[in-house]
Amino acid sequence: MPLYHNDDQAMLKDSVAPFVAEQAPVSHLRKLRDSSDATGFSRDLWAQFTEMGLPGMLVPEEHGGLGMGHLEAGIVLEEIGRNLTPSPFLSTSVGAVAALAKAGGTQAGRWLPAIAGGEAIVALAIDEGAKHRPDRIATTATRSGNGFRLNGKKSFVLHGHVADMSIVAAKTDGGITLFAVPKDAKGMTADPRRLVDSSLASHVTLDGVEVDADAVIGEVDAGGDILDALLAATRTGAAAEMVGVGQGAMDMTVTYLKERKQFGKLIGEFQGLQHRAAHLYGEMEVARATVMKAQQLLDEGSEGARLMVSVAKAKAGRAANLAVREGVQMHGGIGMTDEYDIGLYMKRDRALAEYMGDVHYHIDQVARMNGY
Amino acid sequence: MSNLDAFRAEVRAWLEANCPPEMREPVRDEDDICWGGRKFEFKNAAQKQWLERCVEKGYTVPDWPTAYGGAGLTPEQTKVFKQEMARIKARPPLQSFGIWMLGPALLKFGTEEQKVHYLGQIARGEIRWCQGYSEPGAGSDLVSLQTFGEEVTDPVGGDHWVVNGSKIWTSYADKADWIFCLVRTDKTNKYQGITFMLFDMESEGVSTKPILLISGNSPFCETFFDDVKVPKDQFVGEVNRGWDVAKYLLGHEREMISGGGAGGDMISVGALFAKSLGLNANGELDDPILRAEMAAFDTDVFAYRAMGERFMDMWKTGRAHPASSNMMKYVGTELNKRRHELVMAGGGADALEWDSDESKGGARARSWLRTKANSIEGGTSEVMLNVIAKRILDLPGA
Repeated sequence: MPLYHNDDQAMLKDSVAPFVAEQAPVSHLRKLRDSSDATGFSRDLWAQFTEMGLPGMLVPEEHGGLGMGHLEAGIVLEEIGRNLTPSPFLSTSVGAVAALAKAGGTQAGRWLPAIAGGEAIVALAIDEGAKHRPDRIATTATRSGNGFRLNGKKSFVLHGHVADMSIVAAKTDGGITLFAVPKDAKGMTADPRRLVDSSLASHVTLDGVEVDADAVIGEVDAGGDILDALLAATRTGAAAEMVGVGQGAMDMTVTYLKERKQFGKLIGEFQGLQHRAAHLYGEMEVARATVMKAQQLLDEGSEGARLMVSVAKAKAGRAANLAVREGVQMHGGIGMTDEYDIGLYMKRDRALAEYMGDVHYHIDQVARMNGY
Repeated sequence: MSNLDAFRAEVRAWLEANCPPEMREPVRDEDDICWGGRKFEFKNAAQKQWLERCVEKGYTVPDWPTAYGGAGLTPEQTKVFKQEMARIKARPPLQSFGIWMLGPALLKFGTEEQKVHYLGQIARGEIRWCQGYSEPGAGSDLVSLQTFGEEVTDPVGGDHWVVNGSKIWTSYADKADWIFCLVRTDKTNKYQGITFMLFDMESEGVSTKPILLISGNSPFCETFFDDVKVPKDQFVGEVNRGWDVAKYLLGHEREMISGGGAGGDMISVGALFAKSLGLNANGELDDPILRAEMAAFDTDVFAYRAMGERFMDMWKTGRAHPASSNMMKYVGTELNKRRHELVMAGGGADALEWDSDESKGGARARSWLRTKANSIEGGTSEVMLNVIAKRILDLPGA
């Protein structure tokens, strides 16, 4: 398969890009931020997403979704990134759907149609500390009566305080098990924190939370593969969103270089800035290709996807980071002001860079996967 | 899709039957590369056989039309062919500037006679070409070139043009049979005063002198022209319109540099040193900072590999920005330089040896030094950035 969007994907982009740009441009984020919105996203916008079928893009058709792939979801995520749109799309429609679809069974039957119908927001309760360490999960699930009792602390749980269900990764006797913990579960508390990008992420405490045996996503002790599917999808999705953030920042900056005058010249005439902008262009193009390759390999179910997902998260992280840093620097003083949007791009990039493993984490993974 | 699958099966079977086992070994040194040409001596029977079998099928230039020695493959088929070649690690049967650079320019600008004649020779590996572009006073500012050609009316020998001047950095001029050369034919018109000429390096008045480089090798020459006669039917395109051909060809040169050699052979540099540097108890390369740099580099290499695939897919189907080969060249060559810095760091003192047998005649050190030219030849990194700024980002005054 060639590594560019086919006609259907190009059409999807042609409908999604203007939709997001019109309904949820950066001013939409500002409005939510300035009103200290407590939800973290607009439910009206989510209803509009639902009208277009977007929440269920990755949901298999038998569960009421569109049965599309990561390449298609990436198109939506790039536009979300470009417009800095606050949205539960990544956690709910990408990460949670990947886990539920992989696992199948009761929880898939219950939640996938609800996600596709725009009725359920799902949070991913994976991380437990300041850094992403999914191989060191300390939250425990012990057998109790007909089900399990969960104990532990989760952090960086986006939308955790409003989620209808949280996917909780916990240690069981023989491995990792994923649980679908419903909103009102007794003993689960979500403490939302406002992050630098104005999003809300919760510290979630699980204090003897009782769940039924059928809350298990997939099989007991066999959550490792499902967690891997969740992580691969979410990381690739975050990388796609970062490509959007980086591209948005770069486009805004290149435009500024053509407008701002100093020393009697457009600053874009200075070779010192031209070369940096051209270098950034190359990095962004490479990041875009890498993310598309990871999406393609995930859609094909290829063995090579694991490596490429880490490469994509790391490369998109590096490129988008360069885009926002150069963006602020080349905007000069106004780049430091709240009034201009470029700083908002820097903030969103920082949060996405950290989500589900930062550049350093994934470069380390690349080394491990290559035997060193 | 099923047609493509059938094609894949056909190519796979053909390669299995026709690619000699020796031609599936990695290329160890310059002798392993088949450049073709009048002076070329095959290293062994397998190299000769592999070339002949491929020539017969048109597989030295699979995407060229069959009338000009190719196999007439579509872009999709060419990709499959390359994947199948890579699957068995088959060496390219033939490499040449004719294939990478002159060929595409002739396909676009050549007359039918030129195509049949020159492209056929290139496809069959009969003529080895070199490139006469740079001059001592015209490097990055190529359009300032001074090598001059003027028309001579000759009632006895026939009308022709006479060329005088010199070129520099002519790759393998001492081994090449013919040269494609930029010659000024109008001193009053900078861009529309250059003609693209082809001539035999054995023509009277052509001489070459190898240039010793920091690597201790001499892959480049100075080339001198002293009243060299060139008939007009050896011009590509019209008189004074050679810059169009030259620019088109440079695009392909950048495509070749970025698609082929850039980023090295694309394998993990960290994996390469896992053995020699050793692993610690956690299975990590036992030199944490070097490990981190190698891992960051490998990440960029794998990313660039995806970029290479996307670029070729888009380039071959006319979807790529015409200037995007400049970006590929820039990113790829900078990456390759970085690879060789890491190879030297990983090799430590052993990699410093210049002529010992153990070091294969200083192979690592010489390659490391050679790669410094990657971001100079075929357009410097700085020129690439200028082109991106101007043609892709549309920045003012660039």
